[in-house]
Amino acid sequence: MIYPVLEVIGLVNRFGTQLVHDRLNMEVREDEVFGIVGGSGTGKSVLLRSILGLQRPEAGVIRIDGQDITRMSSRQLYEVKARYGVTFQQGALYSALTVRQNVQLPMLEHVAIEPAARDELAMLKILLAGLPADAADKYPSQLSGGMIKRAALARALALDPKLLFLDEPTSGLDPISAAEFDELILYLQKQLRLTVVMITHDLDTIFRTCNRVGVIVDHHMEVDTLEGIVNNPHPWIQAYFHGERASTRLGQHGT
Amino acid sequence: MHAHVSGRSMLEARRSAESLELELTGEWRALRFDRIDAALAAVDFSGARRIQISTAQLAILDLSGAWRLHEFIKQARAAGVEVVFKGTPPDQLRLIDQTLRGESPCCSERNRPIPLHAIEELEAPAIRSLEFLGRQSVLYVRDLIRDLAFLGRMSVTAVRGLTSWRRLRPVSIARHVYDTGITAIPIVALIAFLISVIVAYMGAQELRTFGAVIYVVDLVTIGVLRELGVLLTSIIVAGRSGSAFAAEIGSMKLNEEVDALSATGVDPFEVLVLPRVLGLVIALPLLAVIADIVGLTGGALLCRLLLDIPLTQFITRMQEAIAPTTFWVGVVKAPFFAVVIALAGCYRGLQVRDSSRELGRLTTLAVVQAIFLVILIDALFAVLFLEMDI
Repeated sequence: MIYPVLEVIGLVNRFGTQLVHDRLNMEVREDEVFGIVGGSGTGKSVLLRSILGLQRPEAGVIRIDGQDITRMSSRQLYEVKARYGVTFQQGALYSALTVRQNVQLPMLEHVAIEPAARDELAMLKILLAGLPADAADKYPSQLSGGMIKRAALARALALDPKLLFLDEPTSGLDPISAAEFDELILYLQKQLRLTVVMITHDLDTIFRTCNRVGVIVDHHMEVDTLEGIVNNPHPWIQAYFHGERASTRLGQHGT
Repeated sequence: MHAHVSGRSMLEARRSAESLELELTGEWRALRFDRIDAALAAVDFSGARRIQISTAQLAILDLSGAWRLHEFIKQARAAGVEVVFKGTPPDQLRLIDQTLRGESPCCSERNRPIPLHAIEELEAPAIRSLEFLGRQSVLYVRDLIRDLAFLGRMSVTAVRGLTSWRRLRPVSIARHVYDTGITAIPIVALIAFLISVIVAYMGAQELRTFGAVIYVVDLVTIGVLRELGVLLTSIIVAGRSGSAFAAEIGSMKLNEEVDALSATGVDPFEVLVLPRVLGLVIALPLLAVIADIVGLTGGALLCRLLLDIPLTQFITRMQEAIAPTTFWVGVVKAPFFAVVIALAGCYRGLQVRDSSRELGRLTTLAVVQAIFLVILIDALFAVLFLEMDI
């Protein structure tokens, strides 16, 4: 049986009496860009944390490359974690390390590479993420917001994962930088044949990059293609894609 | 022609008269970089004039694997060997070339060429050490000015705070009295008890040889009241609360919370530093009194149980041993210790910038300096009291 790259079946998450996810299903196919959308407090981050194995869900199955991570030992999870890359909303770069050291950290942890090769490989990833070479020896506090996002992306690509998770990749960027970052994601997705799962609120990003979109409403997920989801009758989805801020974009994209 | 498999089947090498044929196999992934590296390093292309690489059998070639292959090809070409691919060369190699030349399309404004390694200026050692000396002096003076500025600003805030009840923030002060004082009682009491018991016991061993065991009472009461009670309490509090102040304020700095306060028109000194200083000034003397009481109790208990000095005799001897000032000589130092501990913690916390490592360094510095200053002030007080004959 061929499994999708990422599959979530019947996910239940609960904090105390507050239900976050109620039998949420989600499937991400190879080589697609999958967008996760939802209002504040609908559990987008909780979903991502569950998929990354940072917290165990109350019930449900999460398969990455066909392997259920909810039933794994920490040793097995460690192996799985080398197969995907993640960028966090604020970058989450290690502030005491330079950009180059940040990129090298996953390599140091998972592979035996001699220092010279590691330096050059890290540089390749830094350049690939669109950073200038002299950014390599800077500390995160010396970088601008856009450069932090790129450095975080370079670190996520350190082990050449096929699966990439991006948490709000363009939040906090100016529209021009955000558009550039969208192009970068598309370029890398095509060149490296990545499967990308991104949480985003940015409608421009969704329309530019995503093949399919999953919207978290009423504790579960409505999944459809971009065209399909725009016409979904659910009131929140209607409000989201047809609200004041969205209408101009819909015009542009001709849906 | 003979086939040769190397590097746990990452590639197969076939050698004929003047050419070498490399058949790449398996998964060339970052996670197997060590094997790829070993396999390619083992390829001996001496004598070959042409290398033909076939990638038809490759299951996966990711960017790290491709980069190693890229390096191998570069090396071979530098040695004058012709390298060709059987079929089309993998896309990844083109991507690497493109990226290293700064031609990836998504960094249009950022692809200005920059030398990979900045050239370090070479200077004569004499000039360099002179420069070092100068730089350190300037830094030292600048630090000193900054210290003074902090103290000045703190004094102004304190004076302003003491003139208005609202600026004093009593709720915040109460919280710090609780955090630094009430919650520290168990550990302070335990340490005071143990130290006075140890002092009494060690003292008794020595004094017994002179038949003067009763003087253990003098030793314990004077020692605890004048020095040990307040000094040990201050050192514990410096470790507990000095570090907490530095870490709390430091992480607020990293989180830009301090800037947010300033931007709201709230003086960070007034809400962060002053309540901590005042809270500790209230809490530390009280803790010192508790340490005194528990220390004396410990001494009395040891005398009663191990040295057969009954409680009444202990009390009588104690009244003879101590002057009316003895207790106050100890406790009066506590507010001064409190001020330096709190100021060291807050000052270092406010200096935190940029990284979590700074937070750790400055928290350590805060505790070390607080303890040093406490002992320094204690010494100054000892000289002062000696001159005053108390």
